[in-house]
Amino acid sequence: MTPDLTLATMRRVLSQLRHDRRTIALLIVVPMVLLGLIAWMFHSSPAPVIDQFGPVLVGFFPLLVMFIVTSVATLRERTGGTLERLMTMPLGKGDFVVGYALAFAVMALVQSVVVVLWAIWVCGMNVAGPVWLLFVVAILSAVLGCTLGLAASALARTEFQAVQLMPAFLLPQLLLCGLIMPRDQMPEVLQWISRVLPLTYAVEAMQKIAAGGGWEETRGAIGVLVLFIVGAVALATTTLRRRTE
Amino acid sequence: MGNSEGAPAIAVRGLRIVRGANHVIEGLDLTVPTRQVVGLLGPSGSGKTTLMRAIVGAQIVAGGTIDVFGQPAGTAPLRRRVGYTTQTPSVYPDLTVGENLRYAAAILRVDDERVTETLGEVDLAGFGKRIVRTLSGGELSRVSLAVTLLGKPDLLVLDEPTVGLDPVLRRDLWDLFHRLRDGGASLLVSSHVMDEAVRCDRLLLMRGGAILADGTLPELLERTGAVDAEGAFLHLVDEAVAAEKGGAAA
Repeated sequence: MTPDLTLATMRRVLSQLRHDRRTIALLIVVPMVLLGLIAWMFHSSPAPVIDQFGPVLVGFFPLLVMFIVTSVATLRERTGGTLERLMTMPLGKGDFVVGYALAFAVMALVQSVVVVLWAIWVCGMNVAGPVWLLFVVAILSAVLGCTLGLAASALARTEFQAVQLMPAFLLPQLLLCGLIMPRDQMPEVLQWISRVLPLTYAVEAMQKIAAGGGWEETRGAIGVLVLFIVGAVALATTTLRRRTE
Repeated sequence: MGNSEGAPAIAVRGLRIVRGANHVIEGLDLTVPTRQVVGLLGPSGSGKTTLMRAIVGAQIVAGGTIDVFGQPAGTAPLRRRVGYTTQTPSVYPDLTVGENLRYAAAILRVDDERVTETLGEVDLAGFGKRIVRTLSGGELSRVSLAVTLLGKPDLLVLDEPTVGLDPVLRRDLWDLFHRLRDGGASLLVSSHVMDEAVRCDRLLLMRGGAILADGTLPELLERTGAVDAEGAFLHLVDEAVAAEKGGAAA
């Protein structure tokens, strides 16, 4: 792996996104609309629902979207022959994986800044903890989504299969992450399972920030997220093969 | 080229490739000399692409050895010396021609000047800002070829680079291949069009995962008594089928 080739890959992926304005618009507008809907639904409720759910969604969107986008994008590279040629060129497998992750981290930064400002100024979200931590967790969860997508895409042979990877990998995590039911109320086995799923830690960090926690309260969850990212990069790099059937 | 001087461009010994239950290639030997344009001719499905993928190190191989310039195929030092063009153009359709080439240039460590020069070589000067998706099939395959040419590789493995091109462009590309050879490069070029045999220094005729013949066109014509490459190919196929039948009867 060499930094300039990683950056060249990042620039290439960002150029592809730049030519695809509709995808950028969807990446940013869809979470804004959904947050807006939540704010509107609970408009007259006395409980500050948006303050509770807003930060969690800001953390979950990048993971979800970047997972789908990268698993489809890498599948395209596999079926279109571009990956095959890259693998015969002097490009490291790590350059490919980390280049993708960095490109989507940049996208996640743009997405989360716009969405958080929208949530605060328009939807009336109050963030009890520091706002910059929201950005940190949002970017980490985007990078995690991207690297998990890269690793999972090795399992898909067609685009239909690639799209199914999202419900297969992310919906169980969404059910068990503590957003739908507090984790300590779940059966013990499920609590254990939720502890080995990465989304749990992204949501935990966001919930703590929403409740007024700072770096001290969230650094444990953030550390676990970083470990998951390192693991996903390693997995994605090993599932990337120079030789195929 | 250092330690590998004197070694052939490609040396394949006892190559076996298995896909599922199919033995796609079973015990194939061949040698491609340096500084020649070698044509790999055969009908579609004869195993040309599989063989080329094995030579560039993209194919899982079940047995045998492949050496490129004396080094095992697909190893890191060869990735700079071998250029590969896949049959379907492997470029990003959503990027411009220039963006595609500059990404490859970064990987191959060549400068922007070389990018411009390469675009000229494949007759795409002035196409730098065009989005690849909007190009015609012939233009697309030349963008893909340009990526291969960028790094001035010592060995070019080109899978059907002239398919679908108009005759003028085809002639220009073959002229380019000859210039690259004169400049010291070795080329392995596949085609299912037998007419292209006359443009090659040597020919490898392939069918059913095996090499039917290996030699220059005049040698092949003399051996088979045919008037062109297609005739020679048919003669060799008939001969092989007759030998198989004879073997089965005995």
